[in-house]
Amino acid sequence: MSVRRYRGLATAAVLALALSACGGDDEATTTPVEDKPQFKAGTTMAKLADKGSITIGTKFDQPLFGLRGPSGEPEGFDVEIGKIIAAKLGISPDKIKWTETVSANREPFIQDGKVDIVVATYTINDERTQVVDFAGPYFTAGQTILVKEGNTDINGPDDLAGKKVCTVEGSTPAANIEENYPEVKLELTDAYSNCLEPLRNDQVDAITTDNVILAGFVDQNEGEFKLAGEPFTEEPYGIGLKKGDKAFRDFINDTLEESYEDGSWVEAWEKTAGKVLETPEPPAVDRY
Amino acid sequence: MSLVLFDAPGPRARRRVTIWSAVAGVVIAALLVLAAVRLNQRGIFDADRWDIFTEDTATWEALFRRGLLATLRAAALATVIAMPAGALLAIARMSESRWVRSTAAVWIEAFRGLPVVLLMFFLALGFDFSIFNAVVGGLVLYNTAVFAEILRAGLLSLPGGQREAALAIGLTTGQALRLILLPQAIRRMLPSLVSQVVVLLKDTSLGFIVGYVELLRVNRELRDFFGSRYIFSLFLVTAVIYIGVNFALSRVAVYLERRGTAKAAGGVSTMQGAAGADTGGA
Amino acid sequence: MDAIIDNLDLYLEGFWATLRLTLTSAVFALVLGTVLGAFRVSPVPTLRGFGTTYVELVRNTPLTLVFFFFVFVAPQVDIKLPFFTSALVALSLYTAAFVCEAVRSGVNSVGIGQAEAARAIGLTFNQTMTQVVLPQAFRSVVPPLISIFIALTKNTSVAVGFFVTELMAVGIRLANRNPADVIPVLLGVAFFYLIITVPAGILAHRLERKVAFAR
Repeated sequence: MSVRRYRGLATAAVLALALSACGGDDEATTTPVEDKPQFKAGTTMAKLADKGSITIGTKFDQPLFGLRGPSGEPEGFDVEIGKIIAAKLGISPDKIKWTETVSANREPFIQDGKVDIVVATYTINDERTQVVDFAGPYFTAGQTILVKEGNTDINGPDDLAGKKVCTVEGSTPAANIEENYPEVKLELTDAYSNCLEPLRNDQVDAITTDNVILAGFVDQNEGEFKLAGEPFTEEPYGIGLKKGDKAFRDFINDTLEESYEDGSWVEAWEKTAGKVLETPEPPAVDRY
Repeated sequence: MSLVLFDAPGPRARRRVTIWSAVAGVVIAALLVLAAVRLNQRGIFDADRWDIFTEDTATWEALFRRGLLATLRAAALATVIAMPAGALLAIARMSESRWVRSTAAVWIEAFRGLPVVLLMFFLALGFDFSIFNAVVGGLVLYNTAVFAEILRAGLLSLPGGQREAALAIGLTTGQALRLILLPQAIRRMLPSLVSQVVVLLKDTSLGFIVGYVELLRVNRELRDFFGSRYIFSLFLVTAVIYIGVNFALSRVAVYLERRGTAKAAGGVSTMQGAAGADTGGA
Repeated sequence: MDAIIDNLDLYLEGFWATLRLTLTSAVFALVLGTVLGAFRVSPVPTLRGFGTTYVELVRNTPLTLVFFFFVFVAPQVDIKLPFFTSALVALSLYTAAFVCEAVRSGVNSVGIGQAEAARAIGLTFNQTMTQVVLPQAFRSVVPPLISIFIALTKNTSVAVGFFVTELMAVGIRLANRNPADVIPVLLGVAFFYLIITVPAGILAHRLERKVAFAR
């Protein structure tokens, strides 16, 4: 894994956005926007296509997957996946309304209709499937631990007993730790990026969440942090949508499978997270 | 200097005061220099920690357009709703019907006794308000009660003759309030009211905790995007903007107070913390 | 309602943390605020200037910003504090400015004739302060101080965004875990705040009336 200066990526992103603002054309995505796609009347797809816009919930504070820059538009792999789905609905990227969905808000926002879909490092699990539906998975991550470079005490979740670990309220990693590693002292906040300063200053001993999120932080803060041990869970990322909307779920699953085949999934990865991480195989979607 | 404590200084006292003044000045200056040197050692003043401000305007735009504007928008909307609502609540608080009076009193005490953060979360989580509405709603619920208390203090401070004269010339209670009493009360309490608006403006930053994208949250986002190198410079700029805007608004309050005191002697000044206006609500 | 009863221990933990924050900050703020107030009424211009600058700065800064500084920015300049301590420091420094103003107006509210008379009958500075000025100032300073204390209690809720598990944080956590019972859960939180702020408010009212009459 090559470690790039994150600043280079940031400057490139800012310049790209500035240029795109001038040119009026988003250089980032090359998924062609469908021209007047037809959907069965009454389906969510038809409604969105008619409206010409879609509200997508994503993260705004996670490097590589969903990170918002000064322009106000987020960037990352989740964002690119969102754009692919919107394109299939005939909605161009500039008509997407991005909304921040911190971990704890993902279900409520879907249930209240504040967002149409959520693409936000959203792990599929049984508890959540009871209140929302998931299309995908479109990526498989794994929970792991971030510590300061030079820390040799912590090499896996069992070493966390008695230590202070920072994670996000309402997230799967938090629930996992609470259930399976009860001696861990959890410091909860609303966004993972808040955990970095406390880790840097030894106010917490480690941060735990999905490996791709942590890899983004490692890359962004060269030499300061490292991942400890191997991922110890499997976190399939899915696209959250309203429960019971089978037609919409099928549509998104179809779109995802198409993107695996026509190369747009790989393209989306390489434009974003692929700059830091290797390109994995996309997981098979689960049509439950 | 407080003349309550100290008599006019004679030559020996003056000399003592000058010495102390110089000593204190030196100590403070030394501390400031020390702080600056320490910061410099950490490289806080290096150019590459400030380049996001000097290289292009994207950062400034983000802070002002998405940050400050959102702060001001929430504050303005909340003020525009809370002030008239506060006036109505103040009138209810002084109504002749004991039932109305006590309901208003309970309402005021309850909302003044609750943290604004709690009110915002209550609306966002319990009633599914959008983040913006929850922030504005929380500010409105709280500040209506505070404005009501300020205006009540104003109404109570008016000479009783005003009300009596108004009733004597045949106005109803409602008309008396609307045409004679409230305008005077508002004029008297204007400095207090503006002070409270400054507090309201500061309280919009509580939206940070609830997820509202205002100035502090944009600051955090920029930190997440650009990296921890810029924590200090981003914070300094954010702080300057916040303090600057609030200070400007406070100056308006002072100006109004000075004008008011000249015109209507007997106006209750901001210093007396009328109805809790200047006690430091977050 | 069950959500509240089942989690009463969590509520009490949070309430206790809020109390600790409030009372400890109150003590520090009182001390610091009185010192600052002394600066502001002193004849030494530099000290007066320092006091005024401090108060103006703090009064125009949102408390959230102060918290943010101590938790996220201060470590950059080697000021690394545990989370609870950061909250204490932020609250104390912030509230001290308002205590300073209350003290200052308390002192200034004592009629100047009192001080002049005291000096005229030959009392020393110490005697004037302790026997004449401060007792009278104290009477008019207490109601605003209580208001400041009420505001401080409510301000501890800001700590929820900064890693302190006080009452508000408990409320949010419970609300997230029991999405069907959000309103009762938060009403429980409101209750605990009100049992501090409402009696304090009534006390302030009573004292205000006593002071007004005495004057």
